[in-house]
Amino acid sequence: MFAVTELNQRDKKVQGLCRILFMIMTGLLILPVVLILATLIYKGGSIISADFLFSEPTDGMTAGGIFPALYGTIWLVAVALLISVPLGVAAAVYLSEYAGDNWFTRVINLAIINLAGVPSIVHALFGVGAFVLFFGLGTSILAASLTLAIMTLPVVIVATRESLQAVPHAFREACWNMGATRWQTIRRVVLPNAVSGILTGVILEVSRTTGETAPIMFTGAAFFLPFLPESVFDQTMALSLHLYVVATQVPGVPDELPYGVALVLIAIVLIMNSLSIAFRMWLRGRKKW
Amino acid sequence: MADNPVIAAVERPQAALPEEVDFDRRDPDWFIDKAVQILVFIGGISAIIFIIGIFVFISKEGAGFLFGELDIVEFFTSPRWRPTSEHNPTYGILALIAGTASVTGLAMIVAIPFSLGAAIFIAEFATGKTREFLKVLVELLAAIPSVVWGFIGLSIMNPLIIEIFDVPVGLNVLNAGVILGLMAAPIMTSIAEDALNAVPDRYREAAEAMGATRWQVTIRAVLPAAKNGLLGAVLLGVGRGFGETMAVLMATGHSINLPSSVFDSVRALTATIAAELGETAVGSDHYMALFTIGIFLFIITFIINLTADLIVRGVRKG
Repeated sequence: MFAVTELNQRDKKVQGLCRILFMIMTGLLILPVVLILATLIYKGGSIISADFLFSEPTDGMTAGGIFPALYGTIWLVAVALLISVPLGVAAAVYLSEYAGDNWFTRVINLAIINLAGVPSIVHALFGVGAFVLFFGLGTSILAASLTLAIMTLPVVIVATRESLQAVPHAFREACWNMGATRWQTIRRVVLPNAVSGILTGVILEVSRTTGETAPIMFTGAAFFLPFLPESVFDQTMALSLHLYVVATQVPGVPDELPYGVALVLIAIVLIMNSLSIAFRMWLRGRKKW
Repeated sequence: MADNPVIAAVERPQAALPEEVDFDRRDPDWFIDKAVQILVFIGGISAIIFIIGIFVFISKEGAGFLFGELDIVEFFTSPRWRPTSEHNPTYGILALIAGTASVTGLAMIVAIPFSLGAAIFIAEFATGKTREFLKVLVELLAAIPSVVWGFIGLSIMNPLIIEIFDVPVGLNVLNAGVILGLMAAPIMTSIAEDALNAVPDRYREAAEAMGATRWQVTIRAVLPAAKNGLLGAVLLGVGRGFGETMAVLMATGHSINLPSSVFDSVRALTATIAAELGETAVGSDHYMALFTIGIFLFIITFIINLTADLIVRGVRKG
């Protein structure tokens, strides 16, 4: 009754072939990237040193290090986080704790999706039109960070909303039954239980912000500056833009220099992302409910 | 005194409206609660404000051109983008649209089969540790910044293409298309995988109970159920390719061309803005024309995202 028919055998064969085909497809998706990373490390690895990271570019940016760019990126990311994290967490709290399932919430969600989908260069145009010109911030760290913050706002909102919604509803009900207001419930019970999930979103945002180039090109990042920024109203160099500049705009750059910059940039981004992923897995393992 | 709502509520005679008094607690905590509710509401609508703000501000900067110089027919049908010509500047973005479309099209040819294949493998065939590992890997691939991809196109793909195909220039549709495809594939993979995971397990169980192999389950039961989500993933990939800036700026060769083969250099809409905005005077025709391209990009991506969202939402309802 359960004998293997010819049809069954054919099906099994098709099944095996498909499995291998899809495995190869997955491999082909990943392989080029691995090769590319290997090339970056091979060609740029030799230039990476403490001196490269902590000294200034010299000889018209054809030699020396990347310190001003690294320092500027830290400024840009920090200011962008100061703006987008409070705003994004507030938005997520609203969406998760207050908003009903109605057309208004759908419009907000659509706006978030679009904010994430608008091309980065359009965000740059917005930054120029709004912050640099209309609000008179000029090309400054503040204008660039505002642009970056708005662009990466969806990252914070989505991560925070997910971690808020992961807190069981029973926790809130228990709290309300004790006579707590909505805000007391959120502050004492919901947010403490979600804070680590929010943190993974923030780390992810650091990585996104570090890599963005187009939005800062015209709003606050400069090709080269002989001094370090001192306040949010100064211009700055940035690592991502620096890669573009040394790769395309400066003649006579030795081969390994842009590879080195690319390697540092990609290392920061991948380390941040790995951190976020590791953190998330650790959390999942620790969760008690 | 009487118009203070707190005191009015407390002073109301008990006998008349007992419930209202008993459950009324307009103490400081209540006011803090209301204040916070207003604050988070402002946060909640910030995304809407920003989307409207983006449209308003880029329209404001581009308006002078949009309602003045602009000849809509010429704008969309002329391949001549010569904004810096002294005597007769022309603003035609047909070649730029062709550049963006050819690169995005090739990118999708590269990315769609691989990302759907990978998504099917991860969601339906891989199990346990392999699956976790692949998911993490895909997530990491999606994080590589576009300027790094552009640099890869410029310094790794370029000599590779020159050598393999024996062409004089390696910065062309092929280069940018492959780069963009590799860039979009991880994102499409994870969205497509989400769509496959959203298919309830009972579909698979029912098919398996009928004696179907894993492959038959996938193609007959899972894929039809997930097809809207998969379409949404493809559309979001298109949107991503369309709006990509740094990678196409560095890998397309950036020369105005109506491409006739994949080895032609082209120029994309986004890259044009990125390359030229810094050189224009604020308020000049050229400057406003670049903002007009921005409006066009905004509207197109808005439509793509809206459609993708509607398609994916359709799946959830059904």
